[in-house]
Amino acid sequence: MDELQQAFVQESNEQLEQFEATLRQLEQTPDDPEAVNSLFRHAHTIKGGAGVVECAFIVEFTHVVENLLDLLREGRLEVTPPLVSLMFACSDQIAALIEVFAAGEASPEPAQAEHGAELVRQLREFLPGNSQAESTPGGSVPAETTSPVESLGGAKVASDCWHISIRFAEHVLKNGMDPLSFLRYLATLGEVAHIETLSDGMPPAEAMDPECCYLGFEIDLRSHADKSAIEHVFQFVLDDCTLRILPPASKLEEYIQLIQELPEDTMRLGEILVKSGALTRQELEQGLRLQSQPHATGAAEESTAPPIGEILVERKNVHKDVVEAAASKQKQVSEKKALEAKLIRVQADKLDNLIDLVGELVIAGASGALMAQKTGQAHLVEAYSVISRLVEEIRNSALQLRMVQVGETFNRFHRVVRDLSRDMGKDVELVISGGETELDKSVVEKITDPLMHLVRNSMDHGIEPAEAREAKGKPAKGQVRFNAYHDSGSIVIEVMDDGAGLNKERILAKALERGVVAPNQQLSDSEIYKLVFEAGFSTAEKVTSVSGRGVGMDVVRRNIEALRGTVEVESSEDIGSTFRIRLPLTLAIIDGFQVGVGRASYIIPLDYVVECMELDTSETHGRDYLNLRGEVLPFLRLKDLFQSEASDARRQNIVVVQYAGQKAGLVVDHLLGEFQTVIKPLGQLFRNLRGIAGSTILGTGEVALILDVQSLVKVTAQQENFSQHAGLPALNTP
Amino acid sequence: MTDSAAIVRLAMEGDMTIYNATEQKHRLMASLDSCQELELDLGQVSEVDTAGFQLLILAKREALRHQKVLRIVAHSTPVSDLLDFYNKVAYFGDPVHLPARD
Repeated sequence: MDELQQAFVQESNEQLEQFEATLRQLEQTPDDPEAVNSLFRHAHTIKGGAGVVECAFIVEFTHVVENLLDLLREGRLEVTPPLVSLMFACSDQIAALIEVFAAGEASPEPAQAEHGAELVRQLREFLPGNSQAESTPGGSVPAETTSPVESLGGAKVASDCWHISIRFAEHVLKNGMDPLSFLRYLATLGEVAHIETLSDGMPPAEAMDPECCYLGFEIDLRSHADKSAIEHVFQFVLDDCTLRILPPASKLEEYIQLIQELPEDTMRLGEILVKSGALTRQELEQGLRLQSQPHATGAAEESTAPPIGEILVERKNVHKDVVEAAASKQKQVSEKKALEAKLIRVQADKLDNLIDLVGELVIAGASGALMAQKTGQAHLVEAYSVISRLVEEIRNSALQLRMVQVGETFNRFHRVVRDLSRDMGKDVELVISGGETELDKSVVEKITDPLMHLVRNSMDHGIEPAEAREAKGKPAKGQVRFNAYHDSGSIVIEVMDDGAGLNKERILAKALERGVVAPNQQLSDSEIYKLVFEAGFSTAEKVTSVSGRGVGMDVVRRNIEALRGTVEVESSEDIGSTFRIRLPLTLAIIDGFQVGVGRASYIIPLDYVVECMELDTSETHGRDYLNLRGEVLPFLRLKDLFQSEASDARRQNIVVVQYAGQKAGLVVDHLLGEFQTVIKPLGQLFRNLRGIAGSTILGTGEVALILDVQSLVKVTAQQENFSQHAGLPALNTP
Repeated sequence: MTDSAAIVRLAMEGDMTIYNATEQKHRLMASLDSCQELELDLGQVSEVDTAGFQLLILAKREALRHQKVLRIVAHSTPVSDLLDFYNKVAYFGDPVHLPARD
């Protein structure tokens, strides 16, 4: 895919997301014309983009959708629940088509094309002509009434530029003044964001006097200068020109007034203002609409509204509440616009590259500091300590760059919850809080699946049917809540429901049945709840299409643990359950525990380390397990595992690590302490190497391998299961 | 119209300023009248001001009005600077070769 196509795919997906968000909004408030407008715009943008990248199948499908939306927009169709559902289906179809396009296919699969055709058929059924009853042309549109235009026109436009509109008198050139020199001088006050030269005033060739000036200019100037400074630029021509200056973020009505006072055609000027970025299209349309309203209502207004305004009014069926909705909508739009301007789109790999380099810098800095220490020169050491501090700050801000807000991921679940509640016949709403919490982009991508499982689980098992809820005195509408917050270096994501809670007895019975727990085992509540994460565990009495097949929760746990995270459950009967996922903020940097084996150093991720103790050789008698406070602790001798040369250490230590509830010991020579480190992936050659998760470079320049505790624990567990004399487990066979 | 030449090439030289605008307007309009396609060579224009710029706009507009073609085949630096400043490069739609600046 070339850049344009990539941009199209990305932009269209964003548009689709907004499309769906607006659909949801429309579902709540079906009479919101601005939502319909917005839907139309999104569909139109996708269609336009598809046209640019010459993707015919997206254009065709979106065109039909757009047609229908156009009818809605014109008020010739009414928003009905079936229509909204169909629109959701269309949104899915467009997403699927975009995927087809992104995969580089020339056309969708037959089945998919058939689905599209079916949707088109359904769409056509809504079109007037097929069902006359649906369309109520004209009749249902409420009569326009007087509206408080003043209050609405107060909305400010999004532009951050001065808007300068100037028309020079014809004789300025003859007077020896060239507009060019004024404008060039104006440009020194700031940055000319846009300049539009208007020559509409120029008469036909025969009548045109080459020594007369017929030009006008619409200029957007980004500058900190004040109005008088800008006026001052035109000091010498003030009498010979018509100058209008609008400060940044002027009121919309001022722009509209400007448009109407200027000699040129209203629509053309409006277009120019939109093009120059002074106004957004919505602002223009809304402004023209507002302006024309008093005229439409026959208010005693001297100025006649522009014809184009009337056309807009007619076409959009403006009535009072439209304008009110538009005013609030417009505020959102302009805020969003302002936000967009602050964002830069960067390729993810560029960012990764930067973080890599910063990682190198951390390592190089550490080694420099070590060297400086060795020389014993105080000022060198001092200089290096400053560098180290700066490097630390760079590293933090570089990692910050990868942080994205979790809210966007959360928002996708509105649709999931909506569809599921319909499928299950339950009434459930999704409430989101803490959406602004940030975490690493790579983590965000991997968290979607686990969240999906948890939401499905909550909706299927947790939340009771409406009748059962009412019987318990709970509101009929169930609630699933997402919450996210930061907690000491990790992010916590909670999925809560106000359902029935986990059923302890049933879980325990099931666990007994499956032999996960022994009959006489005493378990605390939290230990019982934890059982739901066991493989193949489901307490659902019936298997639904949604959950109950016993694969979900154990996948959730494994996915989250793969991200070095944890998941826990809290539950109380009839009040609800909370699944709490705890994840590290980033995957690139970990807190490690440095150990020495022979002359080599290894890093064990600190999260896995439970405790350290001395290995008493007299107690183990050469076996590979020991008695740890009454528990059997199998251990691995790293020296043997990595075939290091014999060490001179007189004593050996055991680092007890724990993964997924299983403990194992790692025998090392030295304990070297905590160490924050940048994980570097191993090369392709070592892809199949088990037991090693990556590498890092120590301050001394030496390489230290980062141990993969997950696989080491598994190895020890197997070793224990088989026999002790088997010797080394085969580590490097996949 | 029928006897007008297909392509005429007109080279403007020296200044395109208000001082010679009247004379240049006549030349431009006459050339445009005489052909279907006017190729305008502005490569040797040493100075251009707003009056000169207006003439170019006028010529382009007249050409468009009569379904003729006006092509600027060479821009001197002052010309391309001015068109750029007034944001009218796209209006003329001619390729502008950016000379290496020294």
